[in-house]
Amino acid sequence: MSESTTFGKDVSRAPVSQRGHRVGPVDDSQAIGGQISIEMDGKTLKVPIGTTILEASKELGLRIPTLCHHEDLCVAGVCRMCVVEVEGQRTLQAACAYPITQPIKVKTHSRKVRQARRHILDLILANHYGECYACNRNNNCELQTLAKEYGVDFFRFGHPTEPMFELDTSSHSVVRDMNKCVLCRRCIRTCIDFQEVGVLEVQGRGAESKVVTFMDKPLAEVVCINCGQCINRCPTGALRANDPTDDVWAAIDDPTKHVVMQTAPSPRAGIGECFGLPPGRALTFEMNTALRQCGFDKVFDTNFTADLTIIEEGTELLLRLKKALVDKQPVAIPQFTSCSPGWVKYIEHFYPEYLAHLSSAKSPQQMFGALIKTYYAHLNKIDPKDIVCVALMPCSAKKFECNRPEMCDSGYKDIDYGLTTRELGKMISEAGINLPDLPKSDFDDPFGTATGSGVIFGATGGVMEAALRTVIELVTGKKVENFFDHAEIIPLRGFEGIRYAEIPVKEVGPVPGILKHLFEDWSWLKGATLKVAVAHGTAYAKKVMDDIRAGGKFSECHFIEFMACPGGCLGGGGQPIPTSPAIRAARAQAIYSEDRAYSVRKSHENPAVVKVYNEFLTDGPCGHLSHKLLHTHYTPRGKFIA
Amino acid sequence: MSATQNKTGGMHPTTTGPLSFGSVKPNQGLQNAAKKSRADIIAEISASGMKGRGGAGFPTGVKWNLAAAAQDSTKYVICNADEGEPGTFKDRVILSEYSDLVFEGMTIAGLAIGARQGIVYLRGEYSYLRPLLEAVLERRRTQELLGESILGREGFSFDITIRMGSGAYVCGEETALIESLEGQRGEPRNRPPFPVDTGYMGHPTVVNNVETLAWAACILAKGAAWFKGIGTDKSTGLKLFSISGDCERPGVYEFPMGISISELLREVGGEDAKAVQVGGASGHCVPAKSFARTLAYEDIPTGGSIIVLGPGRDMLGIARNFLEFFVEESCGQCTPCRAGTVKLLEGVELLQEGRCSMKYLRELCALGETMQLASKCGLGQSSPNAFLSIVKEFQDEIMGRTDLAAAGKE
Repeated sequence: MSESTTFGKDVSRAPVSQRGHRVGPVDDSQAIGGQISIEMDGKTLKVPIGTTILEASKELGLRIPTLCHHEDLCVAGVCRMCVVEVEGQRTLQAACAYPITQPIKVKTHSRKVRQARRHILDLILANHYGECYACNRNNNCELQTLAKEYGVDFFRFGHPTEPMFELDTSSHSVVRDMNKCVLCRRCIRTCIDFQEVGVLEVQGRGAESKVVTFMDKPLAEVVCINCGQCINRCPTGALRANDPTDDVWAAIDDPTKHVVMQTAPSPRAGIGECFGLPPGRALTFEMNTALRQCGFDKVFDTNFTADLTIIEEGTELLLRLKKALVDKQPVAIPQFTSCSPGWVKYIEHFYPEYLAHLSSAKSPQQMFGALIKTYYAHLNKIDPKDIVCVALMPCSAKKFECNRPEMCDSGYKDIDYGLTTRELGKMISEAGINLPDLPKSDFDDPFGTATGSGVIFGATGGVMEAALRTVIELVTGKKVENFFDHAEIIPLRGFEGIRYAEIPVKEVGPVPGILKHLFEDWSWLKGATLKVAVAHGTAYAKKVMDDIRAGGKFSECHFIEFMACPGGCLGGGGQPIPTSPAIRAARAQAIYSEDRAYSVRKSHENPAVVKVYNEFLTDGPCGHLSHKLLHTHYTPRGKFIA
Repeated sequence: MSATQNKTGGMHPTTTGPLSFGSVKPNQGLQNAAKKSRADIIAEISASGMKGRGGAGFPTGVKWNLAAAAQDSTKYVICNADEGEPGTFKDRVILSEYSDLVFEGMTIAGLAIGARQGIVYLRGEYSYLRPLLEAVLERRRTQELLGESILGREGFSFDITIRMGSGAYVCGEETALIESLEGQRGEPRNRPPFPVDTGYMGHPTVVNNVETLAWAACILAKGAAWFKGIGTDKSTGLKLFSISGDCERPGVYEFPMGISISELLREVGGEDAKAVQVGGASGHCVPAKSFARTLAYEDIPTGGSIIVLGPGRDMLGIARNFLEFFVEESCGQCTPCRAGTVKLLEGVELLQEGRCSMKYLRELCALGETMQLASKCGLGQSSPNAFLSIVKEFQDEIMGRTDLAAAGKE
């Protein structure tokens, strides 16, 4: 048996039923060097053994329509939209699921093929309730696109006139409308294979089959981590984020309200896609202008609290290390990052016994809310009850996070609304603004100055890189550039699911002023080797957690960054649809080039951060006030919910 | 259907006359096989020309050869005893009365392909057979016909376990059966890869029908020439038929392949039939004018289900019955089968009410063609067969109905 040739993708996580094909060596003279000649619509091409017909068609620039296929997911072959005629085969073959192992002749649009596709489309439409113009995926729907391509101008097999299912709006993050579901099962493959959370499955047979949660419970009552990856991969409007834009508009329209917007780094790298731009063009400053035109009173940069998070979380790490190395007391190491709310809910459900490892520092979004309704309200003499905090996030889980009951340390709900990139795109369009054409404008003070370290939070490995930049400088007293060119800690970058690095602490410097109240000197760190790791996507988080549980290599780490979404925040569940590995890579490129453009690239050098510690959080990082406002606690939820 | 109480307490239909299975000396096939090389065993099966008795008609020798050629130290032989096609009950008879022969066939297959493990996937409703089958397996172990070094042949190790099916018709499809065995939802996989390459737990696996395995043992006992001498050129050997419906003597019959429908009807006392449903719900409806056609892979292939439809039968009702079955039993995975069966059933309801236009009927027939061509597995591909053949052969009867009362009823 040959090694798995699964279209070059790692599908080892997928259940056997949906794995790609194992293709044996082919005994054929034309297959020299593993290349096979094929003919498709009269064009010829050589492809490696195991290439699917769909992949080969792309090489030839042919379009074969798909619905259940997704670049991130293993093959399903269930919608049958991509059927083609393979000479010599009695039946039509699904191009996405047919590995080429011998020379074949393929017709991609013969009469039989066209008729079959049109029938399949008509059958799907016969079970798809709703009107396109009343759908949040209007103009961004794969089913709608196919209907247009195939010239659907009437419903051959009828069309539902009444909804068959109730909406599930129980979750703060994800809304399920099964009336629009086409049973492509991408959400299931996303949840089970891609994220290994396993909230969704098919229940029932035949026409009764539907996508359900465990026992068909509301989404809020199952172990959903709110990552929203299913939304990004749904071809229709069956899954969407819980949209608060009406409430945000109402706040803007209310003259008594002071509406404050903070924007996270990843939406800037993605929002252009909502306006027809190719992925990878950041529109940070055009977006500031748009937000002001929409009527937001202040536009702040979440990077400011990202830097604050680094200081708090980095200090917490040093405190844990000191407790272990100097005081020789038991302490939860490795420390885990806590800024991804999908990851936080994941560990609460699946590894609750490890919650002590989770940094108690709040995420940047929540730190911002707590500071806006205390420090900022005080500075500007605004009653915090009149402040409405809105957060622009690439994330659906942030909606759940801001609704956590414990996130009210300012005395009010710290963050009122979380908006996704897609929702802001919609608001900007509704205001009649064409974002790419706008002039640039800067963030508002006092939370406008940010550093490159905050920006790279958006990419997997970014939090770790930012934290290390700061920790290295605080401990050695030297510029991180002395150790890493351009302060870029390359081993932490990239898209491998799990990355590991060791940073030897060869020298130590004096303790900087900001930490003098906590540490006398760094001598105890000299000669130590800092072991760190990065994991993105909960499937990989699971691997790391299981390794830790088994006492493996990762249990010896000191600090591990976890992101629930593959690619980190730039691949978040609130980002524009579609998503693919190439789209995520382009967004990452946009984020790293923005980092390079900042003159200040380390969190502890951010003057606004220094100012906050001087003026407000006067007892310093991890001090009393910062613990009250900037740190939180977690809930062991477990897998079984009553 | 006439039925008698059998020794094990279960119900099974009368077998009509002695089956050839009874005339084979116990374990003769296995003893002969144990003296042969693996290649020679497969050559014997190939020479017999036997095609799979489950209905699809894939040459058994080719299947075994592919599995034997697959490079893997772990392989499996699976006996598909998930007999679920409406109107078929022959496997139940074989398992009740000739289970030794089935286990013998599995053991020979194991030797031929290099598998050490066999699994019987037994239909859930046949759970009453399990104690009997377990007892036979236990006896075979004590007789050294299962276990290590079978019949003294070094390295010839094989054992069989029984696993119960979980109630879905689609689990009779071999890849869905494997999924079910693996503990997954029973749904067909994409093919290729085929089970002979990537089967149970990812290992090469031969999935054979109960009857195929029993005949394999007979072929090794009596020789390929004996089997090949019966039947037609392309459809060799004997075959069991499960005959039910409007005839005088329903039951399990053994006939040579290539028997014509009219001959068969004479045997069972159903000469006045209006039509015969060959191959169960997934098969074809053959009208009286075509009764000269033969039951053979080159003419009308079948897994052995023959339902005789008497002169009084309402053909639209028959179509409706089968479509209701498929609406229920479609796994729901692929669009053409999941949604197409529903549309065909709705079409039959329209026909029953006399409200289906010729134009829409043509559309439904085209949809049926799409279902045959574009469905993922054999179930979906065959689900419109009964509808299409009834529409084709009985158009005068089904068009122009105003049978509103019938439409409302079952």
